[in-house]
Amino acid sequence: MTDRVINTIRPSAWILAGVSTPLLLVLMILKSRGVPMLGILPWNPLLYAGAALVAIFSALLFTQQMSWIALKMLTGDKAKFFGIVLGLTFAALLITQQGSIFCGLMRRTAGQVEDIRGADLWVMDANVRYVDDVKPMIESNLYRVRGVEGVEWAVPLYKGNARLKLKTIGRDKKPLDVIEQVILLGVDDASLVGSPPPERILVGSLTDLRKTDALLIDFNRLPKLFPGEQWDQAPAMPGLRQKAGDSISRWITNLASRAKSSESLPTPDEQYRAAQREFYKRFVGREVEMNDHRGIIVGVCEATRTFQSNPVVYTMYSRAKQYVPRERKLLSYVLAKTADGVKPGEVAERIASQTGLKARTSWEFMKETMWYYFQYTGIPINFGITTLLGFLVGTAIAGQTFYNFTIENLKQFGSLKAMGATNLRIVGMILLQATVVGLLGYGLGVGLATLFGIVSQGGELAFFTWWPVLPIAGVAIVLICVLASILCIRRVMVLEPAVVFRG
Amino acid sequence: METLTDHTVASHQSPAIAPPELAGNVAVKIRGVTKHFGRGEQRVTALNGIDWDVYKGQMSMIIGPSGCGKTTLLSVIAGILNCDSGSVNLFGEEVSRFSDGRRTKFRSVNIGFIFQQYNLLPALTAAENAAIPLVIGGWSKSRAVARACEVLEGLGMGKKKESFPSQLSGGQQQRVAIARSLVHSPRLLVCDEPTAALDHETGLTVMEMLRKAAVRPDRAVIVVTHDNRVFHFGDRIARMDDGRMVEVTERTAEEAVLVSGEQDDVAA
Repeated sequence: MTDRVINTIRPSAWILAGVSTPLLLVLMILKSRGVPMLGILPWNPLLYAGAALVAIFSALLFTQQMSWIALKMLTGDKAKFFGIVLGLTFAALLITQQGSIFCGLMRRTAGQVEDIRGADLWVMDANVRYVDDVKPMIESNLYRVRGVEGVEWAVPLYKGNARLKLKTIGRDKKPLDVIEQVILLGVDDASLVGSPPPERILVGSLTDLRKTDALLIDFNRLPKLFPGEQWDQAPAMPGLRQKAGDSISRWITNLASRAKSSESLPTPDEQYRAAQREFYKRFVGREVEMNDHRGIIVGVCEATRTFQSNPVVYTMYSRAKQYVPRERKLLSYVLAKTADGVKPGEVAERIASQTGLKARTSWEFMKETMWYYFQYTGIPINFGITTLLGFLVGTAIAGQTFYNFTIENLKQFGSLKAMGATNLRIVGMILLQATVVGLLGYGLGVGLATLFGIVSQGGELAFFTWWPVLPIAGVAIVLICVLASILCIRRVMVLEPAVVFRG
Repeated sequence: METLTDHTVASHQSPAIAPPELAGNVAVKIRGVTKHFGRGEQRVTALNGIDWDVYKGQMSMIIGPSGCGKTTLLSVIAGILNCDSGSVNLFGEEVSRFSDGRRTKFRSVNIGFIFQQYNLLPALTAAENAAIPLVIGGWSKSRAVARACEVLEGLGMGKKKESFPSQLSGGQQQRVAIARSLVHSPRLLVCDEPTAALDHETGLTVMEMLRKAAVRPDRAVIVVTHDNRVFHFGDRIARMDDGRMVEVTERTAEEAVLVSGEQDDVAA
C-alpha cells in the first residue's frame, strides 16, 4: 500500500515541486513590498510557467503513454537525479546571482541620474562621457538651453566632490575630527529639481533645504561620518522571514474576518521606515564644514548607492558654489523639461545643434554611463568570466551526470526498443527527462538567487535582477540540457536493440 | 497435452524444414540467412546459410557452444538485427524486407522477449515492468498495469506485484520477465538463455512455468540455451555450430508424455 502511494505521487510531486518552487519564490518577491528588485516583472513567472507547460507537453507528445516510465527512470536513482538537478541549480544560481550583481553594479554607476526625477533631459559639455565625468560649463549655457524651442524649463545642477569636515566622537568615545570626501549635489534654488524624490526623505523635508546653510545627507554613509554613534541600534531592513510571516498572518487575519481588517496595521516595511525616522533624526542640526563654510544637516535621505561609495550631500546650487573652491566654470549639468507634446529626443537634438552642448534623455544618459563603465573597466570581463564559469561548471556537472545517466540506462532503452518502442518515443523520454531536470534546476537556481538577493537587501552588495537576467539564465539552462540531450539522443538513436541479448 | 503436436517423428530427411503436410503450422520460416560481423581480416561469419522452420504450438530450442551464432539467429528472427542475405518470414510476412519502422511496430505487436539478465527497469514495480509492452502498444498506464497484474497472478506473483526488481529474487524477476513477455499475447516468444542466471532448481521451475504459460497452439516459442538440464523442455531442438544448423531433433511421444507428467506435478 505504501509502495503504491509513493509510486503514485513520486513523479507528479517532482513536477509539482519543479513548477511551484520558483513560482512561489518569485510571487513572494512580488508580494513583499519595498524590495527594490524592480527588474522582476509580473510576467516573468507567467513566462516561466508557460515555457514549462510548453516544454512538458511537447515532450509528452513524443512519449505518448510512456512519460511515466521516463519520469520513474529519472527519479529511480535519487543520488543521480539530485546530482543532475544540483548541477543545473548551481549553474542557474551562479548565472542569475552574478548577472544580478553585475546589473546592480552597473545600475549604481548611473544611480545619480536615476535618482533625479522630473527632468526629461540632461544637458552637458559635449565631451562628457558619463555622469561622473563632469566638465564644468559657463553659467550662460543655462540661458542658452532655456532659449531653445520646446524647452519648458531648465535648471542648473552642480555635481562635484567636496571635502567635508566635522567634529564628532569616535568608536572609542573620544573627540574625533572627521575629514571625508563627499559627492556634493547642488540643486536648483527655486524649484529644488535635482533633489531626491520625497519618498526617499527619511527625516526632514525638501523645503528644509531652503533654510540657512541647510544640507540633506544620505543615510547610507553616515557611519563613515559619525563612527561613534550607536550603529548597532540602527534599524535593520525586515528580512524575508518577517515579510513572509507578516504576509501569512495578514492572510489568515483577513481570511478569518472575511474583510481587509489587517490593512490598517503597519507592514514590516512601514515599521522599518518609522524606526529609521526615529533613529536618524538625531543627526538633524549637526554642523559640518566644507571649504570653510558652515553647513547644517536639516534632513536625512536615501540616495542610490554610488559606485564611488562616497557620502552624497544635497544642498542648493547657490550654496554648493560656496562649498567648493572658486572656479570660473561651475555649472555641471542643466536639467531640462520639455514642453507637452514635444518628444524629448527631438528637443535634445535641437539643443545640441543650437548650443553645441550634448543633450541626453535620462535613460540615454544612464545607458551611456553604464556603457562607459562596461567598456572601460574590468567589471564585465570579470563577471562575464564568472558567469561563463557557472555555465561551464553547470554544463560539465549536469551534462556529464545526465549523459552518464543515459549511458547507464542504454540497456534499458535497448530493451524498450526491442519491445517495440520507436526512436521518437525514446527521444521523447530523454527530452522529457531533460525538461524536468532543467525546470527543476532553473527554478531552484533562480529561487535561491532571489533568496540571496532578498537577504542581501540593504547591505553593500549591489543586487538588481533586471528582467533579462532570468531569460538569459533560462536560455543557458536550456542550452545545457540540449547539449546533454543531443549527446544522449545520438547514442540512443544508433543503439541496436540487439544489445539486449548481449549478456 | 494441447501444447504438443502429433508429429512426433524421430527424424526425417530435412528435419530443419517442415514437411509439406506441416507447412500450414509454420510460424517462422528462415531460408539462407547469413550474417557477418566486422570487415577484412576481422570478418566473422555468425550465420552461414541457415534454413529452419519453427512450428506453432511448440517450444523450439536452439543449442550449441558459445559463439556458434545462437543469439545472432534469435536476434535476426526477432527482427532486432538485420541479416546480410536470406529471408525471415514470420507468420507469412517477410519481416527481413520490412522497413525499420514497420519492423518495430511488428515486434511490438507480435513478439515477446525474455532476456538472460531479465532487463527489468529498476525504478518500476513488477506490475509496471510487466505492463511495458502494453504501454508501448498505446494502452493507458492504469489499464496496462491492471492487465499485467492478472498475468502476474497467473504466474503466482500476485503478492509481489508492487515490489521493485531489487526486492525480488532471480527466479521472481524472471517470472516478471515472463509476464512482461506474455502480457500482450504475442504470437512469437523469444527467450535468450532464460535460466543462465538462475540456479538449477529455480531454472527448472522457470522453464516449467514458461512452458505451461507460454506454449499455445497459436504461438511459437524459441528458447536459446546451453543449459543441457533444460533441453527436455523443448519439442524440437536445433543444434548449431560455427554459424550452421547441424542437427534438428524432435521429441518422441514418450518423452512428451514424460514432460507432460512432470508439468502436471508442478501444476499440482
